[in-house]
Amino acid sequence: MTKTVAKKVPKPPKNSLAGKRGGWAADFRKHKMLYAMFAVVMIYYIVFHYLPMAGIVMAFQNFRPAKGFLESDWVGMKNFIDFFSGPYAGRLIRNTIVLNLYLLIFGFPAPIIFALMLNEMRAKRYKSVMQTVSYMPHFVSAVVACGIVSLFCQSSGLLTSLFHLLGLSDQVDMLAYPQYFRSIYVIMDIWQSLGWGSIIYLATLSNVDLNLYEAADIDGAGRFRKIWNITLPALLPVIVVQLIMRIGSMMSLGAGNVILLYRASTYETSDIISSYVYRAGLQNQKYSLGTAVDLFNSIINIGLLTGANYVSRKVTEESLW
Amino acid sequence: MAKKEMQLERDVEVDIDITQRKRIGRSLGEKIFDGANYIVVTLICLICLYPMLYVLFASISNGNALYTHVGPIWAPLQPMTLDGYVKVLANPDIVSGYINTIIYVVFGTLFAMALTILGAYVLSRKGYKLKKFFTMFVVLTMYLSGGMIPTFIVVRNLGMLDTRLAIIIVGSVSTWNMIVMKTAFSAVPQGLEEAAIIDGANELQVLTRVILPTTKATLAVIVLFYSVGIWNSWFNSMIYLQHRELYPLQLFLREILVEDSALEGSMDIQSGVGVNYIKPLLKYCTIIVSTVPILCVYPFVQKYFVKGVMMGSLKE
Repeated sequence: MTKTVAKKVPKPPKNSLAGKRGGWAADFRKHKMLYAMFAVVMIYYIVFHYLPMAGIVMAFQNFRPAKGFLESDWVGMKNFIDFFSGPYAGRLIRNTIVLNLYLLIFGFPAPIIFALMLNEMRAKRYKSVMQTVSYMPHFVSAVVACGIVSLFCQSSGLLTSLFHLLGLSDQVDMLAYPQYFRSIYVIMDIWQSLGWGSIIYLATLSNVDLNLYEAADIDGAGRFRKIWNITLPALLPVIVVQLIMRIGSMMSLGAGNVILLYRASTYETSDIISSYVYRAGLQNQKYSLGTAVDLFNSIINIGLLTGANYVSRKVTEESLW
Repeated sequence: MAKKEMQLERDVEVDIDITQRKRIGRSLGEKIFDGANYIVVTLICLICLYPMLYVLFASISNGNALYTHVGPIWAPLQPMTLDGYVKVLANPDIVSGYINTIIYVVFGTLFAMALTILGAYVLSRKGYKLKKFFTMFVVLTMYLSGGMIPTFIVVRNLGMLDTRLAIIIVGSVSTWNMIVMKTAFSAVPQGLEEAAIIDGANELQVLTRVILPTTKATLAVIVLFYSVGIWNSWFNSMIYLQHRELYPLQLFLREILVEDSALEGSMDIQSGVGVNYIKPLLKYCTIIVSTVPILCVYPFVQKYFVKGVMMGSLKE
């Protein structure tokens, strides 16, 4: 839409454009205010984004804060070797992958199914009330959400009682035992993101051509048939893009909720790469080791994102780039 | 301008109103389908809502009854009491946490908005040579980052550790929001800008007198995104702050709700000795006290959030 507007605007005369073409000085003079404005933004991005990126070199150093990036000793791949030959690498990678697979299998389809169900509701007012209610958990802060979960998982807590009733656990503090961690984490994630995650799918469905449904009605198609043949295909591009983004950010799952929920007694299943980066790198101040692990994680991530994007472009012609 | 806002409101309505389809008549199968669908959706929403209701009921329940209670609560346990709230509101940590959080929300949002507006404005302009480079420069940070530790070292070297400035500035600007805002700025009719330029306005005046007034709705959405984000954030504060006087509310909540529960859990395993019977009650009250401001404004602003999500999804 923007583009058509732009096209209608008469272009400045050719010769003035030609005059500008080579002249950087002229360009700067003409737009000095724009450049000044962006300079402020640029300083912020350089200091808080690009300097840290350059700081990744410490993954290959034995970084000492007192010496800084320039003076610290270079150790090559030592930090990576230390990590991979250490006792934690296997456990961390496994935990990160398994937790993410759980989230992918249970957390990813949930908002899609919820959106499909909302989309079938015709009572407009009621539906919007339901939506409002379902978005609410998204606005509860991570700390409070994890606090509620901690309370509910105590030996007499609500979630523990429910699990106990279903024969899934004893009446114990579930967060203290490794076998429950992933289920608890996934349940909390779904609680917080179910409604909110459905927005994007509902928005897409609002653009579906209603004539398609009418045509299907005339052909005598039932509800499931319409969902399968019209609604789902309309959602597919968005689902694919969301899936790529999800897979691409799999390994970078934020440490936040894990750090709030895990305990030393559950590290066996709960400790993931990013929480380890925080614990080893910042809490225990092994800066270089932490950065190395983080870098390894980012590289896997970029690989996953590129791979998912490639596969999706081949298979469905939908992609991020 | 008012018209534009009306247009936005109408869009939201339309989004909600997507299933108003013409129906000729419903068969029995359709009715069963609809009935089941309504019931399931309602159940899901009740399950979403119930944890908050439980917390609310628990927070006005009798402390001892609550401590021994097992299973769901459908009404406050008698005798009802507000003791928990009295104690929580008298807790100096909660009070100072509240004040700090308000400081961080106000100044953090102002700072982030200023940079986001400047960046978005420059990126939305046309006809200067570095436009491509600037866009790349900003967008690249959405895919690549230095990570937690190098950022920490940079902040440390700047001498910003354990200062309010760290919480207000570090990680405040969201590139995503900047791109959303840029899209909105680009959609402002060029005629308006050109008229202003002919009247002799410079870039800053175009921004403040033409662009900002015509994109108020978008600005409001982004202000909301930033302020709720800062209100709920805790990770940066945990990394960068040491002095308790500077802690935002969320860090105190973490101590009260999460760390203490972990401590109690381990005691629970051992013996159960030394447990404070009023603690669960206090925790529930703390949750309500800290979440009420968000939940009070939430029903009124949620449609703007929804709008924001959709603006983000309409990538050019």
